[in-house]
Amino acid sequence: MLRNLFSKPRLRGGVHAEERKSATESSPVITHFPLPKKLYIPLQQHVGKPAEPMIKVGDTVLKGQLLAYSQGMISAPVHAPSSGLIVDVNDYPAPHPSALPIRTIVLETDGKEEWLTVPVADDPFQLPPEEISLRVGAAGIVGLGGATFPTAVKLNMGRENHVQTLIINGAECEPYLTCDDRLMQERAADIIDGVRLMLHGMGTDYAVVAIEDNKTQAYTAMYTAALPYAQIEVIQIPTRYPMGWDRQLIRYVTGKEIPVGARSSELGVTIHNVGTAYATHKAIRYGQPLVNRIVTVSGGAVGQPMNVEVPLGTLMSELFEFCKVDTNKTARIIMGGPMMGEALPHSVLPVVKGTSGVLALTQEELRDKQEQPCIRCASCVTVCPAGLRPLDMANNIRINQLDTAVDLGLKDCISCGCCSYICPSNIPLVQYFKYASGEVMARQQAQHKSEQTKRLMESRNARMERIARQQAEEERERLAAKAERERRLAEEAKTEAEAVEEVS
Amino acid sequence: MYVLYAIISLTSLGLLLGLLLGIAAKYLKVESSPIVDELESLLPGSQCGQCGFPGCRPAAEALAEGKASPTLCPPGGAVLVEQIAMLLGVDVDLSTVTEPELLVARVSEDTCTGCTRCFKVCPTDAIVGAPKQIHVVVADACIACKKCIDVCPTECLQMHPAEVTLRNWRWAKPKPVFTVESDALC
Repeated sequence: MLRNLFSKPRLRGGVHAEERKSATESSPVITHFPLPKKLYIPLQQHVGKPAEPMIKVGDTVLKGQLLAYSQGMISAPVHAPSSGLIVDVNDYPAPHPSALPIRTIVLETDGKEEWLTVPVADDPFQLPPEEISLRVGAAGIVGLGGATFPTAVKLNMGRENHVQTLIINGAECEPYLTCDDRLMQERAADIIDGVRLMLHGMGTDYAVVAIEDNKTQAYTAMYTAALPYAQIEVIQIPTRYPMGWDRQLIRYVTGKEIPVGARSSELGVTIHNVGTAYATHKAIRYGQPLVNRIVTVSGGAVGQPMNVEVPLGTLMSELFEFCKVDTNKTARIIMGGPMMGEALPHSVLPVVKGTSGVLALTQEELRDKQEQPCIRCASCVTVCPAGLRPLDMANNIRINQLDTAVDLGLKDCISCGCCSYICPSNIPLVQYFKYASGEVMARQQAQHKSEQTKRLMESRNARMERIARQQAEEERERLAAKAERERRLAEEAKTEAEAVEEVS
Repeated sequence: MYVLYAIISLTSLGLLLGLLLGIAAKYLKVESSPIVDELESLLPGSQCGQCGFPGCRPAAEALAEGKASPTLCPPGGAVLVEQIAMLLGVDVDLSTVTEPELLVARVSEDTCTGCTRCFKVCPTDAIVGAPKQIHVVVADACIACKKCIDVCPTECLQMHPAEVTLRNWRWAKPKPVFTVESDALC
């Protein structure tokens, strides 16, 4: 009791955003989405290096066949989401606010949905833990909460750091999104199996599934599914955005604060999303790589909001058509949740591994209000889960004092959007931080380039000097050789002359 | 005899003064200002001459003497201005500094004759090629000095704005609706 009084609060900042989940949370996931004619599969759907294609145009592939292999330590492979013909490997718009081109494989589906059969272990718990992370890596599984960090790397880090606690993130704190909620309600046993496989893969014997207390049905389903397994605990956590932020969740569940620059596995905690656990179950039990995912399609402009299981590479425009989106009413298209998601310029973009939701919002749902002067109410300071002072940071960024902003903790900003959400003056705080983070990175790159330029010039100058020296030496040698030759000729002429004289 | 005295006294005087000068040269040596070296290391070092000085060293000397403004270097951009201002301890108005537009040279493959002139003048070895082969500019190493443009006989080398890709795309700065007085900061 007394200790609780003096201990640090386990929840910092956060907002109670309007949930707006009711449109999709009570209807089952649609699994009969008509197979698109063409699938657009970007080669980078994860954090790290893009995958390298290993098929060529004209190849016929089976569902689940490897299309592009992972390069380097932090990367993930890409698999065929359906069977069919490869018709193009080229640049197509990326599901990104800029919609700039990204290397994409285009697959024309043949409608047969023929799976590539892969041998699976009868009892995966007999496999060595390394084998679990190898298979998870080969299945192209990445963090499905939206961060898309390769899961196998995280499992390996967990094993190497002897992690004691595995937290399964079922918070789903973003408004509108219900894909994890529905997944937990409908496929709880599979998720729990995935969690057990993850525990085995990391060599850990304790897992906590944390679910926000607004998802009572999901909690009940998960609780029931986890009952037979003593090593898995299912708990309810308060509903407060951004509860699903890994550091906030770890702080709430374990009481541990992860220091700046440290990784959670260094403190003995690893966190995975429920969707990732489900994908792990699919990969290990059935040998199915990550080729489809559940996407929440919601928002005011959506006629039939729902959760749909779609193959990766499905165009969002086809999803919108299926869900009867009124394009005239759509004021903004967002991939992800409304708080941290990214606004897309159009909907002819593919669904990727990190697409938890696609929202079509109407003008009324947006908060595009006139910006007012800062009244220094410090609401943003109160709600910042990272403990920063958004108003000071934004003021400094406004006058280009980026160094000061970095000193104030710009790099610890997670762009959760709480400050912008709460600001009574509608100041676009997060946009300032996103701009500044990009600018700081650009400056670092410029610095790096100028160092590289200096190095290149020095090496060039050194080479030029060396060549000049070599040429001078060669010239000297040539002259010396010439002199030598002339001397010898003269000598020969002399001896000849002497010989002639003697003869005469 | 007088001649000998004169020789001895003048020789010893010369030796003594020489020794004094030698000591003075060693202990009272005037080094070049360290701040000039530091400034030179900040400047890009490409000797492009856009500041109006013959190179980065003279520009650094002028900066150290206060004869030039910290905003003199166009390729350095706002970052450099900030660094110089911090080193010299002066205040600059960063709002007047325009970020340089990123340019890179590009070879037009239709008109390149493979004459090798461009890569011989490239200060950073950013152009690769061989005689009678089409040359290529390595965009990451190009510093936009435009030396290759001047020597190209067929004008196949042109400066183009650097391509925006997913790797270097950035969020724009929000347009300020209100101006904030700098002393309103805490």
